[in-house]
Amino acid sequence: MKSDIVLAGVGGQGILTIAAIIGQAAVSQGIQVKQSEVHGMAQRGGSVVAHLRLSSAPVKSDLIELGTAHVVLGMEPMEALRQLPYLSAKGVLLANTTPIRNIGDYPELELILGELRKFPRTAVMDADEMAKTAGSPRAANMVLLGAISNFLELPAGLLTDAIRKMFARKGEEIVQANLKAFDAGRTLTANL
Amino acid sequence: MSVKLLLGDEAFAQGVLDAGVSGCYAYPGTPSTEIMEYFQASQEAALRNVHRSWSCNEKVAMEEALGMSFAGKRAVVCMKHVGLNVAADGFVNAAITGTNGGLLVAAADDPSMHSSQNEQDSRFYAQFAMIPCLEPASQQEAYDMAAYAFELSEKQEIPVLLRFTTRLSHSRANVQLREKKPENTLRLPENARRFVLLPAIARQNYSKLCDKQAVFAASSENSPWNLYYEGTDKSLGIVCTGLAFNYVQEAFAGKCPYPILKISQYPLPKEKLKKLIQDCKQIMVVEEGMPFVEQQLRGPLGNSRILGRLSGVLPRIGELNPRIIREAFKLTLPETPAAAELLRNRPPRLCDGCPHSNTYDALNEACKDFPGSKVFGDIGCYTLGALPPYNAISTCVDMGASISMAKGAADAGLQAAIAVIGDSTFTHSGMTGLLDAVWENSPITILIVDNDTTGMTGGQDSLGSGRLDDICKGIGVAPEHLRVIIPLPKNLAGNVEVLKEEIAYRGLSVVIARRECIQTLRKKK
Repeated sequence: MKSDIVLAGVGGQGILTIAAIIGQAAVSQGIQVKQSEVHGMAQRGGSVVAHLRLSSAPVKSDLIELGTAHVVLGMEPMEALRQLPYLSAKGVLLANTTPIRNIGDYPELELILGELRKFPRTAVMDADEMAKTAGSPRAANMVLLGAISNFLELPAGLLTDAIRKMFARKGEEIVQANLKAFDAGRTLTANL
Repeated sequence: MSVKLLLGDEAFAQGVLDAGVSGCYAYPGTPSTEIMEYFQASQEAALRNVHRSWSCNEKVAMEEALGMSFAGKRAVVCMKHVGLNVAADGFVNAAITGTNGGLLVAAADDPSMHSSQNEQDSRFYAQFAMIPCLEPASQQEAYDMAAYAFELSEKQEIPVLLRFTTRLSHSRANVQLREKKPENTLRLPENARRFVLLPAIARQNYSKLCDKQAVFAASSENSPWNLYYEGTDKSLGIVCTGLAFNYVQEAFAGKCPYPILKISQYPLPKEKLKKLIQDCKQIMVVEEGMPFVEQQLRGPLGNSRILGRLSGVLPRIGELNPRIIREAFKLTLPETPAAAELLRNRPPRLCDGCPHSNTYDALNEACKDFPGSKVFGDIGCYTLGALPPYNAISTCVDMGASISMAKGAADAGLQAAIAVIGDSTFTHSGMTGLLDAVWENSPITILIVDNDTTGMTGGQDSLGSGRLDDICKGIGVAPEHLRVIIPLPKNLAGNVEVLKEEIAYRGLSVVIARRECIQTLRKKK
């Protein structure tokens, strides 16, 4: 088993939460993990990226080689596009369509989405809207976690258990909203 | 023994804890911050009451750790690479005094300057101070080296430097925990006079330190971290230091035809190096950071058999990655989708609702009345005020430099010289500069942007919290020129007036812009 995942977003969007949930689940299965994160200045609203590597054999490099990632997951469309060079030809691209326009010259959204859709195995989704529908506008990252769950050799139950644990102190309503968000993402990519 | 998923920083912290440390000392700095944060979150550290409060700067932290070592207990002091510049006085002289309880200095370098103003390589500091240095290649090594380094430190009565780099500090991996050791008991040094660095004693100590070099070299030669891997193709030999070893292994998928010498303990293992150099036609040196080993192997005349960052086979600056390594070894490169032309840079920025943005709005407005004015900046989130839309500051050099540079510029005749400094940076290294300015009643205005936290590194304690006004008064700032403003949009006009008044004053003034960081405020909710 070997899975290289690039997670992209803007500082504060919760990509490290996605990485942490997957990473912990993998460790509990005896899988070897390396998970490279961005801390520090870039977390202040800049581009952030995390490399998550899972393998049954020991993982050497903390960083993924360009053109070899099995999945690129973008919490934001332009950030997904930025990390596209990491994706292998057979790889899966998962991206949120809701832009974060915290820069002056943000390109036209349709052009970005057009670039993303050119990729053979792509699922673009309005994760923010799906999260709202699920009952928690802040659960867009759980939609993406659900979307990627179909491409991980991990039991989905481990991921949902982690979600339950993570949000337990915020009450059952929030837990359920996050689980619904997860399911919405998972359903969307079931046949990709 | 359990397996944990830990950052390199956290693995080291857990290793240090399991090795019986009694105190962790640090000032926050990316990428080292998570070492201390791990201690602060650890139930075990709390139960044992291991020291785990932030220090006001790295020099203080270094000396506190040396004091704990003097008292016979194990201590660790953690900082980012440029923090070691601040701690350098205590650091270099701790090698001369020697240690009693084990003393580890963890310095985290930031190649590619993700969150730093330079990419200096701390291995030069270890060489300069003539002490052993360990450079973990993996999170597991970061954990295991802690106990090893304490033993080396106590056996040789010497501080040991642990060099981290961003990609190890901030990458998680499975870490196997090992047996725990008890803490040392209080035990004063047998010869406490060696801690008195009067010239006569210092000369003796220095001579002893020189004698120890052979022991350190032998330790490196036999180190479990310095490993020679045989290869079939002797046209090339590879020297990998620290993390670079992983990239090389990855590039060759574990089937490297060339002999490899992996180095993770310094001084350099001379015999192992000699073997590689004698066996192989050319030597490729792959190291994260500056060409520390390569430079030594090339010598001043530039031995052309030695390849690496200086020879141009690898980039001279910046961190390594798998692609750079594959290119250097002329391996086939995986095809990559082209980067889209549509992309725009997304630099970091001040958060929505950040008090600094309101402060900069007021400062920019006030400065319009003082056409020749310059604003000297400092290290923190507010350094982002150098970028649009603010374009508010002209310098950012090192912790505390805003005040001292403003004073120097005022000495030169610049009108008006203004310093912008955060509360934590002020107590780190601004207070001494302020005393200089008070002493000479320099015509500068110091704007302390007080968000009650160390913001850029994620909201650690700021030691001047609640007492900045008293500190300024105590240092000698005239009470009538010590003003406090609340940076909120509704206060803009009033804040501009206060700033104008104090900038116009031809003596020393301090304006404190006080409002809590929006991030720490959110976390409390």
